[in-house]
Amino acid sequence: MDLAAVILIQVLYAIASLVVISSGLAVIFGMMKVINLAHGEFMMLGAYATIEAIRVGINLWIAIFVVAPLAVGVIGIVLERIFIRHLYGRMVDTMLATWGLSLLLIGVVTSIAGNTTAGVSAPLGNFTIGAYSVSAYTLVIIAVGVVLALALRWVLLHTSLGLIARGTTQNPKMADALGINPGVVYSVTFAVGAALSGLAGGLLAPLTGVVPTMGGAFIAKAFITVIAGGPAILVGLISASALFGTINQIATFVTTPVLGEVALLVAAIIMLRLLPQGITGRFFKRSL
Amino acid sequence: MKVLNEPSARLQSPGPLQRFSQSWKSAALTLAIGLVLLFCLPRVLDDFTLVQATIYVVMSILAVSLGFIWGYGGILCFGQSAFFGLGAYTYAIAVTNLGDSTVPFVLAIVVPAVFAAALGYIIFYGRLSDVYMGVITLTVTLILFNLINSTAGPEWKIGVAPLGGFNGIPNIAPLNMPGNVDDVIGPRGLFELSLGMLLLVYLLLRALLAVKLGRVIVASKENEQRVLLLGYDARAYKLFTFVLGAAIAGLAGCLYANWGAFTSPTIFGLAQSAQIIIWVIVGGLGTLVGPIVGCVAIQWLTSQIGTQQVINSNLVLGAILVIFVLLVPKGIVPGCGSVGAAMAARMRRRPVVADQHKLHKPSDEIEANTLAIDSHRETSQ
Repeated sequence: MDLAAVILIQVLYAIASLVVISSGLAVIFGMMKVINLAHGEFMMLGAYATIEAIRVGINLWIAIFVVAPLAVGVIGIVLERIFIRHLYGRMVDTMLATWGLSLLLIGVVTSIAGNTTAGVSAPLGNFTIGAYSVSAYTLVIIAVGVVLALALRWVLLHTSLGLIARGTTQNPKMADALGINPGVVYSVTFAVGAALSGLAGGLLAPLTGVVPTMGGAFIAKAFITVIAGGPAILVGLISASALFGTINQIATFVTTPVLGEVALLVAAIIMLRLLPQGITGRFFKRSL
Repeated sequence: MKVLNEPSARLQSPGPLQRFSQSWKSAALTLAIGLVLLFCLPRVLDDFTLVQATIYVVMSILAVSLGFIWGYGGILCFGQSAFFGLGAYTYAIAVTNLGDSTVPFVLAIVVPAVFAAALGYIIFYGRLSDVYMGVITLTVTLILFNLINSTAGPEWKIGVAPLGGFNGIPNIAPLNMPGNVDDVIGPRGLFELSLGMLLLVYLLLRALLAVKLGRVIVASKENEQRVLLLGYDARAYKLFTFVLGAAIAGLAGCLYANWGAFTSPTIFGLAQSAQIIIWVIVGGLGTLVGPIVGCVAIQWLTSQIGTQQVINSNLVLGAILVIFVLLVPKGIVPGCGSVGAAMAARMRRRPVVADQHKLHKPSDEIEANTLAIDSHRETSQ
C-alpha cells in the first residue's frame, strides 16, 4: 500500500515535470508555430538566474517564481526582436536559427560562469510514507504543474490577452485590420513562453546540477511531448505528459532511469507513426 | 515547406553557373583536384600534418552525406551523427570480435543503413513533415547517446567487446588487407583510403543525380505532390535517399574509428549533430562540394579557437549558424559562384538579369502554379 502511494506520487511527479518543462515550448510552438530549439537554454538561463538571485540573498521561492521567469522573459523579448521575428513562417529556418541561438547562449554562459556545476539543495526536506522517504519538493512540482495548466487555461479562455493571442494566431491579417499589432502580440507570446521556460529552469535548479549544457537533457523530452500532443495546446500538453510520464516512471521503476527515458522516447516515436497529427489531431479535436 | 535553398531559383533560370555545376565538367574538375591532392599531399606533408588532414577528409565524407540528403533529397536530418556513431561503434565492436577487418568494414556501412531504413519507414510512411522529421532524428540521436552512455559496466558487452559506456572504446584495431590480419593500414594508407572514399562517394552521388533515379529524388524534394501525381512513390525515393545518406555516414564513422582508434558516446551528442548542420549551411545547400568546403573551413576554425582561451567555440559556432541562416542563407559556394557569374557577365557586358526574365517567363508561370498548389495543400491540412 505504501509502495503504491509512493509510485503514484512518482508517476504524478513525472507527469507534472513534463508539463512544467514543456509548457513554454507548447506556448511558443502552439501559438506561433515556431520550433524553439533554444528552449533548453532558456531553462538553463532560468536556473542560472535562480542561483544568482539566491547568491545575492534573495529568498529561494522568490528567486524561482519571480526572478527566473522575469529574467528569461526579458531575454526572450530581446532575442525575438533581434532574431526570431525575421523568420516567422519559415519553420525550418527558425529551427536552425534557434539552434544557433542555443549554441550561442551555451557559449556566452560558459564564458561568464565557467564550465562548472553550480546548484542549490532542494528545500523542504523529506517526509515519510511507511518505510519510504519522499522529497517534499516533489509535491511542489506536482502543485506547480496543476496550477500552470489551470492558469494557462484561464488566461487563454477568460482574459482579453488570451482572446487577442488566439485571434492573432488564427488570422493575423484580420487581427491587424481590427487594430491589433500582430508583431506586439507575437513578442508578448514569445516572452510568455520564454518566461515559462525560465520558471521551469528555476524549479529544476534544486533537482539537477546547473551547467551551461544542461538544456540538452530536457530538450528531447519537451519536444516530443509538445509534438505528440498535437494542435490543441493545453489538452495536447496534458494528455501527452500523462501518457509519457506514466510510461517513463513505470519503465524507470521496472528497469533503470536511463531505460525509463529511452522507453519514453521510443514510445513517442511509435506513437507518432500511429498518430502523425498528435493525440489531439485524433482525439479531443475541438478542445483548446 | 520553405527550405533554405530556394528551389525556384533553379527552376527559373538554369544560368551558365547552374549548367556548369550540373555538367560533367565540374565533376571532372573536382575529381582532378581530388586526384592531385591524393597523390601530392602524402609526398609533401609530414606524418603529423597528414594525420590532421585525414580527419578533415573523414568529416568531409560525413558532411557530404548530409549535404546530399538535405540539399538534394530535402530531408532535414538533425541526427546524421547517429549514423556516423553507429558506423564507428559497429566497426569497433565487430573488429574486436572478428579480428579481420573486412566484414566489420562492410557492417559499418550496412548497420546504419538498416537502422535508417527502419527509422525512415516510420518517418516517411507516417508522412511526417520536415519539422517533425528534424525533431525525431534529434530524439533518436539523444536516445543512442543516453543508451551508450549508460553501458559503462563490465556486464555490457557484445561478444567479447565491452561497450565502455561514457569511457568509449579504446584501442580499436585498424583496417587490414582483406584476409591478412597482419598487413594493417598505416597513417598514410588511411589518408589515401579516406580521400579515395571521399572521391568515390562524390562521383557516385554525381552519377546518381545525373540518372533518372536522382532526378526523381530531386523532384520529390521540389514538389512531392506532383511527383506522386506523375506516378512515382515519393516516399520510397525519400527512404532510399535517407538510407544512402546513412550508409555514407556509416562509412565516415568507420574511418573515424580507424583514425583515432577510439570512439566514445560524444559522437552521438548534440554538439556533433549541430556541427554537421553548420558545415552544410556554411558551405552551401544544394551542392556536393559546398559541404566539403564548409566542413574544412569550420573544422579549421574550431581547431584555431581551441588553441586560445578567450572565446568559446560554442559561441562562435552558434553565431556563425545564426548569421548564415539570417544573412547568407545560400552558403559560401553558391554565393561565391553567383558573385563570379555576375562578374563574368559584367565583363561580357551583357545585361544578364533582364535577359533571364524575358527568356524564362513560362517557367515563372509554372512556379506560380506550384506555389498555388503548395499553399492550397498547406491550408487544406
